[in-house]
Amino acid sequence: MALRFEVIGRFNRARAANLTLPHFVCQTPLFMPVGTQGTIKGLTTNQLEEIGCQIVLGNTYHLALRPTSELIDELGGLHKFMNWPRALLTDSGGFQMVSLLHLADITEKGVTFQSPVDGKPMLLTPEESIQIQNRIGADIIMALDDVVKTTITGPRIEEAMYRTLRWIDRCIAAHKRPNEQNLFGIVQGGLDPVLRDKCVRGLVDRNLPGYAIGGLAGGEDKDSFWRVVAQCTAALPEDKPRYVMGVGYPLDIVVCSALGADMYDCVYPTRTARFGTALVPEGVLKLKHNAMANDTRPIDPACACMVCKNYTRAYIHCLVTKDAMGSQLLSYHNLYYMMKLSRDLHSSIVEGRFPKFVCEFLQKMFPKGNVPEWVCNAMEVAGIDISSCCAPFISTMSKTMEVKSDKE
Amino acid sequence: MKFAVKAWSSGSARTGLLQLGNCPSPIETPALLLSTRKGLPYFIAPDLLPSLPSPDSHLLQISPIHFLEGLSPKTISNVGGLHQMLGLPEYGFAAVARDSLQCLPECNSTNKHGASFETPCGRLLIKPVDYLELINSMRPNIWATLADEVPAWVSDKRNKTSVDRTVRWLDECISLSSAGGAVLGSIVGGSSVEERERCAQEVARRNVTGYLIGGFGLGESMDERPALLNAATAILQDEKPRMVCGLGLPEEVLQGVAAGIDLFNSEYIYHLTLGGFALAFPLGGIKISVSKPDPSDIGNDRSKINLRATVYRKDTSPIVEDCSCYTCQNHTKAYINHLLNVHEMLAQILLEIHNTHHYLEFFKSIREAIKAGEFEQFRNRFIESRRDHLALAAVA
Ligand SMILES: [Zn+2]
Ligand SMILES: [Zn+2]
Repeated sequence: MALRFEVIGRFNRARAANLTLPHFVCQTPLFMPVGTQGTIKGLTTNQLEEIGCQIVLGNTYHLALRPTSELIDELGGLHKFMNWPRALLTDSGGFQMVSLLHLADITEKGVTFQSPVDGKPMLLTPEESIQIQNRIGADIIMALDDVVKTTITGPRIEEAMYRTLRWIDRCIAAHKRPNEQNLFGIVQGGLDPVLRDKCVRGLVDRNLPGYAIGGLAGGEDKDSFWRVVAQCTAALPEDKPRYVMGVGYPLDIVVCSALGADMYDCVYPTRTARFGTALVPEGVLKLKHNAMANDTRPIDPACACMVCKNYTRAYIHCLVTKDAMGSQLLSYHNLYYMMKLSRDLHSSIVEGRFPKFVCEFLQKMFPKGNVPEWVCNAMEVAGIDISSCCAPFISTMSKTMEVKSDKE
Repeated sequence: MKFAVKAWSSGSARTGLLQLGNCPSPIETPALLLSTRKGLPYFIAPDLLPSLPSPDSHLLQISPIHFLEGLSPKTISNVGGLHQMLGLPEYGFAAVARDSLQCLPECNSTNKHGASFETPCGRLLIKPVDYLELINSMRPNIWATLADEVPAWVSDKRNKTSVDRTVRWLDECISLSSAGGAVLGSIVGGSSVEERERCAQEVARRNVTGYLIGGFGLGESMDERPALLNAATAILQDEKPRMVCGLGLPEEVLQGVAAGIDLFNSEYIYHLTLGGFALAFPLGGIKISVSKPDPSDIGNDRSKINLRATVYRKDTSPIVEDCSCYTCQNHTKAYINHLLNVHEMLAQILLEIHNTHHYLEFFKSIREAIKAGEFEQFRNRFIESRRDHLALAAVA
């Protein structure tokens, strides 16, 4: 194990912790921007440090294609290659194959796919995924799991869950750098509480440095989503970090943190920036909209970032989707927003004012009190009273809802 | 704006000091103006600008016509003008209607009412009154009057018309100006020495702060340029700054400096950056060393390297070993090669930073050579070393 996880503050299920990784001492909850090819689109590593980014995610599948893990290894690892002094996390590569390539097929051996270079059939085994990630050298590496769409039902879900458990042993056995890299196991099991429970227990038995909740953020309904998170966080060990994969909407992050999750990743803040959308406390601001052309306010008057301190919506409006600088400035703001959200979650938990923070967050996003029902339900399970920011009829509705209780 | 010539070398080459009210320290000339798209460099975000040499990097060139794509003059004015809108209160902005990329003069559609430009939002006819509305709302430190720029191959008649119109528009622009700022009178004349002289004489007679010598990079040959440049500069008052548009390559810059030009634009850097090239010619004043090119130089001309080349795949050295720019201090050729291969925007950011830094240093060594009274030697050494490398690379 190459990490230390010290919980330094709690509010019911929510926790704030110091996560000491080989390259950086991180504060959780935290959001990890996705730097697919060894760079966050449009930002320098200096800028990433400046906005408070702690962990950058790299995609194993892309890095293995170009520049190849062998080259990264030869040049001293990904940290050195991209000159990023802080922490890195790589995924297993399996998810990218299944989601990007039409001809990916999963068997007991591993994930077979057609090489995007020459079209030949290739096989990514758990052993190979770990070997590649050992060469890339990130602080956290992910086990290869059997990924299925959350919207699928039936025996395939069960098969994938059991296979994920069989593969974790192959990953552990293949892991050559356990003192420098932390292997996280991934909880699968679709939306089925029984399968999720079996998977969590199986993984916890292996005593891994950390655990991820996988198979979510793939189009399932929000009520199923938070229930799976709530179930898994309740069953996972208190003294290990919990990472909800692919989650990135600010609202989802606040809800998951209330339920006891610690880490998140998503391409959303940077991808939406490239399409001209800014993240703001009220939700989103579409800078392409004609109304922005004469708006001399900053994107978010409450934001202290370089972009909001200097530029008007009108100026950003004339850059977005036309000039590279438009996506650079919006990505900067959006990531700053996510980092600020991470810091606020951490400090409000540590300082014992987490419920107040959650209520203020919800009030800004839902000024009319129309907080979605699934959020109300999740917050009830999280033990956070949000009645002050819900319209009366919604809060009574949520009280009459039967909320599935977790073992607490 | 204040301008003073400080030293001369080899006849017309000169160094000077350009003072702008809002810039903390004066800028030495010959100087490079950073090219921008809507006021910011193409890829260098404003928080990265301070990493470039200062105050050398504090002059930015802007095309007011870029803003027709989405910002009204009224909004620009409401925000408080360019400096406020771009969050760069200590930078100097020089407005010139055209650029060499996305706002090109289109002489066939230009008429007596205004100048025509090809832009991303189609062909636009800009009248002096439209142009000055933009200038007055933007309030740049320096602005050039609207010109009818024509390529080298137009008829004598069309070329004469271009001079007549440019001079007439100069008067119109000045009369419409309300925001102050230093006015550069545009000088055209195509490839005709007589017309260049006629235009320069007309402009020199007017109340302008300086000059913009335009109509270059439009099909004339490099050999005919010195005569055309000298025809104008010989007539212009010495104590007023002269800017040129369309001379970009190092050899072209040296040609301009030799003719007494003070301000240059940098679209060359943008072209290099987009092509994946990094400037790598030796700097270091007049002591340019002529080293043997190594075999990896094939395909490069030694003034720049193509970072897409597979030879850099595992090269963990910076672009230029002793370069103090952000890129060279932080990143390797191997990393930039990878970024180019996978089409990541950070490649352009890092290349624009290095190339701008390197070119600003080139201008610094030009100024040092002039101050030492050795500009002609500097220029000859520079051109010779380039020629030697080209010759050696050809036999290698
Ligand atoms: Zn901001
Ligand atoms: Zn450099």
